[in-house]
Amino acid sequence: MAVTLFIIRKFGGAIATMLTVSVLVFLALEVNVADVAVKVLGQFSTADQRTAWLAANGYNDPVVLRYLRWLGAFVTGDWGTSTYYRTEIASLIPGRLAASGILAGGALLVIVPVGLIAGVLAGMKPGSLLDRLVSLVSILTTSIPDFASAVFLSAVFVFWLKWLPGASTMLSGFSLAEIILPVLVLALYSTGYLARVTRASMVDVMGTHYVRTARLKGASPARIVLRHALRNALITPVTVIMLQFPWLLSGVIVVEVFYAYKGFGTLLYDAALNSDIYLVEACAMISVLVVVTTQILSDLAYSWLNPRVSLVDAAMGRS
Amino acid sequence: MRKAILPYITNPVVVIGAVLSFGWLFVAIFAPLLAPYDPIKTIAPLMQPGAANPAGGIFVLGTDMLGRDILSRLIYGARTVVVFATLATLTAYLVGVTLGLIAGYWRGRVDAVLSYFANVVLSFPVLVLYIVIIVVIGSSPFNIVLAVTFGSAPAIFRIVRGITMDVASRDYVAAAVTQGERAWRIMVFDVLPNATGPLAVDFCLRLGYTAITIGTLGFLGLGLPPPTPDWGTMVNEGRAMAIAFPHLVIFPCIAISSLMLGLSLLADGLREVSDAQGRRT
Repeated sequence: MAVTLFIIRKFGGAIATMLTVSVLVFLALEVNVADVAVKVLGQFSTADQRTAWLAANGYNDPVVLRYLRWLGAFVTGDWGTSTYYRTEIASLIPGRLAASGILAGGALLVIVPVGLIAGVLAGMKPGSLLDRLVSLVSILTTSIPDFASAVFLSAVFVFWLKWLPGASTMLSGFSLAEIILPVLVLALYSTGYLARVTRASMVDVMGTHYVRTARLKGASPARIVLRHALRNALITPVTVIMLQFPWLLSGVIVVEVFYAYKGFGTLLYDAALNSDIYLVEACAMISVLVVVTTQILSDLAYSWLNPRVSLVDAAMGRS
Repeated sequence: MRKAILPYITNPVVVIGAVLSFGWLFVAIFAPLLAPYDPIKTIAPLMQPGAANPAGGIFVLGTDMLGRDILSRLIYGARTVVVFATLATLTAYLVGVTLGLIAGYWRGRVDAVLSYFANVVLSFPVLVLYIVIIVVIGSSPFNIVLAVTFGSAPAIFRIVRGITMDVASRDYVAAAVTQGERAWRIMVFDVLPNATGPLAVDFCLRLGYTAITIGTLGFLGLGLPPPTPDWGTMVNEGRAMAIAFPHLVIFPCIAISSLMLGLSLLADGLREVSDAQGRRT
């Protein structure tokens, strides 16, 4: 009951957000009709061609009607034709999304274990040498922008040691050597961030009464951490991991552009550089959809780990 | 007052962070005195770091493909970052703080509408949002400030709204209301001072993120138009030749990373000291 209510409310909120985003995206990119014609037909089209094209594609209708038609087509999977790639956008996106999914999945395989373990180890003994080391490394990695870490890692592994290729075009199928650098660059920031959050959460939990009681009772340090501290210490980091998705999506654009990797990020980037407005619209909507979905998952994970928060309260926005 | 400042200037993290951040501010202010050459003048293309200038002197960090001195471009690039990142962060704060105070103080329908739109903007991955805005309004210095304001104001709004709701329920605010104090006076003189601690920490971090955003947009070729010396744009321009001439891209990356590191350390140190003071009182 509570779960259903929670999910219904969350989905309602997500749909409302998506609708608002769709209005904003539509208004931003399609309200200026003359501009749309120039972007679709190119700079060198004549005024007559533009007028004819606008009339043929229903651009002379009122804006509300156009929006509703656009939304209807969008929901039913008709995302229009890309003016840059000259293909159906709906057939273009799934492959690119999957390619970026591989990149993000690889990054999570680094971020989650390394970030959590480093954070827990550092937080077990605040002020220890290990703690200081983890804090130092994580503040370093969270300070370097994605494009700069791409440059630094490439300088070491591509220019200097010559171990790895400097581009990840995947021209001859999937290549493990080509994906290592993009994954590492993408993981660098979030790993440091997750380690910091986990450390802070661990320090808090290690100072609570029940951990002190366990210690007084003579439980071994391993038992204290594994049985008593870990579950509570992981509540915040797990939600943080889910909320890293929007960040990963931003990082994906930079990393893919740097390594010429054919994924969702380069798709949006090429669309933006070439004023391919229908493709920009589709990419923007899909990225917001990804973010909204991960937010719901993050809320579910939070309440699953923390039974003190009831789903009904979470659904109503009470804390 | 002196007692309050002492823990800050003796904290090593704060000191290192401040040296790095204010160091770049110093470089930005005195750029014309520090730069050995004109940052947009073609002298000799693709000189390696330390190479001698045929006309006398040396190129400490080499030159780029258009023959411009990289050290001078880095030094003037500090100006670009300091001016635009500060401007964009300040306007974002102006918008975020004003709306946050209003929403947190008045609550009700105003708050519901503002919070809803803040959530909508925050559901965009930041870079996607900036790319869409730049596609729509084009890339110019003013538009970049506008895009950053639009993108970061909602997060500031949320922080200020939270603090305001907390502070507004305190007795001294109730007392001010009973005295007939005007709402804006309460917001500015009673609520805002209580938010300065968390906001100072957030400001340092956000300044760094804005610098990174401007750098990233430059790296993507969507940033400030050339020949403005900008660190991100330098990386973008040098990328194609980076294998043969790594100095084209490495130095601008070191510059932006050191600035961000300085600001993160400063933010971290400020939080550490203010937490410690909070525990003592």
